[in-house]
Amino acid sequence: MKINLSNQDVQSAGVGKVERLSGEDLKKCYQCGNCSGGCPVSYKMEIPPTRIMRMLQLGRLEEVKAANSMWLCVGCLQCYSRCPKGCSVAAVLEAMRQEALRESADRVEVKDLPMPLLKKAPQQAIVCGFRKFVS
Amino acid sequence: MNKMDLMKIPYYPGCTLNTVAKQFDSSARDSALAVGFEMAELKQWNCCGATFPLAPDNLMGLTAPAKVLSGARKEGDTLTTLCSVCYNVLKRTNSVIRESKEKRGVVNGFIEEEYDGSLNVLHYLEVLRDRVGFEKVKGAVKRPLKGVKAGAYYGCMLLRPFEDVGIDNAERPTIFEDLLKALGAEPVEFPNRIECCGAHLAMNDEEVVTRLSGAVIDSAAGMGAELIVTSCPLCQYNLEKSRGAASNGVPVIYFTQALGLALGQEIETLGFEKNSTDVMPLLKKKGIV
Repeated sequence: MKINLSNQDVQSAGVGKVERLSGEDLKKCYQCGNCSGGCPVSYKMEIPPTRIMRMLQLGRLEEVKAANSMWLCVGCLQCYSRCPKGCSVAAVLEAMRQEALRESADRVEVKDLPMPLLKKAPQQAIVCGFRKFVS
Repeated sequence: MNKMDLMKIPYYPGCTLNTVAKQFDSSARDSALAVGFEMAELKQWNCCGATFPLAPDNLMGLTAPAKVLSGARKEGDTLTTLCSVCYNVLKRTNSVIRESKEKRGVVNGFIEEEYDGSLNVLHYLEVLRDRVGFEKVKGAVKRPLKGVKAGAYYGCMLLRPFEDVGIDNAERPTIFEDLLKALGAEPVEFPNRIECCGAHLAMNDEEVVTRLSGAVIDSAAGMGAELIVTSCPLCQYNLEKSRGAASNGVPVIYFTQALGLALGQEIETLGFEKNSTDVMPLLKKKGIV
């Protein structure tokens, strides 16, 4: 497959912002795949963690933003725990989530949550969920 | 033992232990007294925020836990907690405040306090291991969990990230199994004991939670576990809720309920009826009750 790379994409302001917000140096990733191997939700991600890192290195931010991946990451830190380079894909996805929520609508609304959940689920599920899905 | 002689440790219950996980709180308090310390609930506390902000520029997410920490510091130099999430958030926030002068200044500015990060945040398991000692716990056992094959489920927040949490080896922890051994049970190590339960996706993606928590239960049962013990109300909720999806019916209880049971507390005080899985048939089968 032919890939067209330009400096403009690779060094885009958008990717730079992800790096700044997450505190991660995306270039450190050398694609070993440990993160995708350990990630409990990679089975459901449209773009799994290792590929997210590669795509961001190549400046393909919009495709990563459009995928469901960042909304599935719960921050269990298995990716970070097993990364030989000390990268946290979870932090990268959290930075992207923050940006997305600032730019667009919230992902969940209280009125849509089922009553049995609100009554029985530990508060931490609700509080944590709102912090991940609402700006 | 005279109550006045007990070692008092400031205690942060967190929201969930005050509501849907009361049995976690009460069994821990009673067990503490039985092994020589008292959990002194903080005079004032608020929600910890239930999530540590992974993006390091998000200092607003640190204000709630920082407020808890600064309040706790006025009551002692140690703070203990039970919920794995609270523990993770408080301990990591404490590290940030201690290590970054700049962030400390900003956070203190928001909460109008002068907190320096000098608190020692300990999980209840650490108090048992490092302050009380598992040997002493073992000595206090009156109703050993003999013959119970128990799987300790760590989940994520108790272990990761290692450099900030550091309760035990992040890949091969033993603290939980060591406690179970002291209680007379037979700990069963199972592959998914450090994997995620699906966490807050309980809110909007049940498929993930059912799959991940179901895999935890299947993994434990596959290694012969007859019981799973947890240290987090959200893990407990997700595992109990997903149990139907697993191929077996392993009951799930809080580790403090197992502790209280072994320490000989009245069964009625352990709050097993508040769990949605029934541990009693197993306990009867093993001749423990």
